[in-house]
Amino acid sequence: MISGAEIVVRCLQEEKIECVFGYPGGSVLHIYDALFKQDQVRHILVRHEQAAVHAADAFSRSSQRVGVALVTSGPGVTNTVTGIATAYMDSIPMVVITGQVPTAYIGQDAFQECDAVGITRPCVKHNFLVKDVRDLALTLRKAFHIATTGRPGPVVVDIPKDVTAQVCEFEYPKSIQMRSYNPVVKGHLGQIKKAVQVLQEAKRPIIYTGGGVILSDAATQLTELARKLNFPVTNTLMGLGGYPATDPQFVGMLGMHGTYEANNAMHYADVILAVGARFDDRVIGNPEHFGEEKRRVIHIDIDPSSISKRVKVDVPIVGNVADVLEEMIKLVAAGFKANPDVANWWKQIAEWRGRESLRYKQDRMIMPQYVMEKLYEVTGGNAFVTSDVGQHQMFAAQYYHFDQPRRWINSGGLGTMGVGLPYGMGVLMANPGAQVACVTGEGSIQMCIQELSTCKQYGLPIKIINLNNGMLGMVRQWQEMFYSKRYSESYVTSLPDFVRLAEAYGHVGMKIEKPEDVEPALRKAFIEHKDDLVFLDFIIDPAANVFPMIAAGKGLTEMILAEEL
Amino acid sequence: MRHIISILIENESGALSRVAGLFSARGYNIESLTVAPTEDPSLSRMTILTRGSDEVLEQITKQLNKLIDVVKVVDLSEAAHVERELMLIKVRATGKDREEMKRMADIFRGRIIDVTETTYVIELTGSSSKLDSFIAALDAGLILETVRTGVCGIGRGDRILKV
Repeated sequence: MISGAEIVVRCLQEEKIECVFGYPGGSVLHIYDALFKQDQVRHILVRHEQAAVHAADAFSRSSQRVGVALVTSGPGVTNTVTGIATAYMDSIPMVVITGQVPTAYIGQDAFQECDAVGITRPCVKHNFLVKDVRDLALTLRKAFHIATTGRPGPVVVDIPKDVTAQVCEFEYPKSIQMRSYNPVVKGHLGQIKKAVQVLQEAKRPIIYTGGGVILSDAATQLTELARKLNFPVTNTLMGLGGYPATDPQFVGMLGMHGTYEANNAMHYADVILAVGARFDDRVIGNPEHFGEEKRRVIHIDIDPSSISKRVKVDVPIVGNVADVLEEMIKLVAAGFKANPDVANWWKQIAEWRGRESLRYKQDRMIMPQYVMEKLYEVTGGNAFVTSDVGQHQMFAAQYYHFDQPRRWINSGGLGTMGVGLPYGMGVLMANPGAQVACVTGEGSIQMCIQELSTCKQYGLPIKIINLNNGMLGMVRQWQEMFYSKRYSESYVTSLPDFVRLAEAYGHVGMKIEKPEDVEPALRKAFIEHKDDLVFLDFIIDPAANVFPMIAAGKGLTEMILAEEL
Repeated sequence: MRHIISILIENESGALSRVAGLFSARGYNIESLTVAPTEDPSLSRMTILTRGSDEVLEQITKQLNKLIDVVKVVDLSEAAHVERELMLIKVRATGKDREEMKRMADIFRGRIIDVTETTYVIELTGSSSKLDSFIAALDAGLILETVRTGVCGIGRGDRILKV
């Protein structure tokens, strides 16, 4: 017989969990004691529970494994909510173990009590409150099963302190059967055949892919299919790296800050093959405007509720993206005759490309786009790039060309500022020795800046690329364009001296103010200071804006381009 | 369009809040909701009366199916079904109204299940519109209290919702 706390640790071991991000507190003391007595599961002590969840989230995003966070009850739980919601919006598998006050105290407004299951319910795939130690192993087994199968997502397991003290026999269930949860894997073959037929008829096809390709580890299959079809490919923000960005068939990211060619190709396509993407508002803009063009839509998604949610779908295929694409490749290999008109479509796309919608001018001040291009060069395109949220996120997405999946780590759905630095921690724990750049701004970085301390403790050599314009850039851009330049609260005053701040935490800090210093500084950071965390504070042109841009509520083709201003 | 959604759901604490939370978070409306365990105590059956376009209903059923605790979902109103609602209504029954109330209850095939010198409690079962008509037929000033269970329903014939 072993205690509930020991059961928790044994379950983690059974799941081959190598590291847990967390923060101790009263309700989880038994679990921390059990962690202390073993060395299979490593614990990473963060400085704020939000960062534990972001790091666990990035651990999952950057690997094919699952991230785990462990926090105490009450404020420990409430601090995780932003991180859980972030993972939920991007369908990231994750298990969050939360302490709870003893069962006899639940509902009594006990010290550090909160209704963890109630608070997290709208932003988890599922959650559990374990009231009996005999249910603990099975519940944790279910949690990992639910988090990682079907459309993945975060699962919270809330464990009262007395349950971690009680003892029982431990047996980890080998398999799991749930009558209420049986996600589909294989797509319907008839539908897949129909889809291939529609693709053969397509005159102006586009392959539009999202985060589902990354989550399903289907980049290889997607690339093979796209090459066989010779159709243009566009990725959503979440789908970057699902198809090699340097490939000539890639037309760039689409959506609010997508390329001219990607947005036009998406809008005027007569057949869209949507793969693990969900036609969200930042991607297709105004759905009425999008609906004006007649087209047929094939949609592959593991979640039936994503299909026909915002755009009517003609050929729905519910299934795991990788499995469905495999079937499609077989059918296409058996004989596929592309419509000869596709050649004209490529000519049209070449014309759109000729607009060079990502062109910018590097002048006397450092342009953020230039920093991204140099970062790409210096890291050879091989870095893991974590990002915060704002202009810098879009610059990274546009100018860092991701050829591999799971390299672009950002909060796409929820748009959570502050994720960049803890994301870097999660990436490095999952991929020790990897090059990690955290692209951020002086606004976002300050939302989880305390993690510089965690990075010191565990020697995590993240390179922080701070695009410092002294402004909440994306807010400022909207105010400039849509609020007659009334810059309400978008100016960040009293900024710290980031170089000295980095040094205070025991890291290396650099301030870069001239364009000619950008590349040498990056080289110095990535080569000379390979094993150090380096905070690179780039003082950039505060007037730089992200283009192309589609204003909220506008259509995909109603782009504002840089030269039009 | 009016729809009756029937759900088989694991009879666990919090299951109801997952369903209710889904409806409020996604902006779907609930006109009535009833829930109780089935002959298998590990399962609850929930009946939700809602309104929405075909697209909304498609999303409602898909989103409900996504809930981990939900075992099965059907839209009862898609095919032949029967539906019933139970109402208990307390009315003032004095003087000439006492006889009138008894008569009205009989006409609507209700039963008087509690009697005092001044009040009756009438039990009435039927479609929601029948219950509405009964309320409309009474003098509003005589109605002291009403309580309704909300709609529950079941498919006709071989249409069976079971695990």
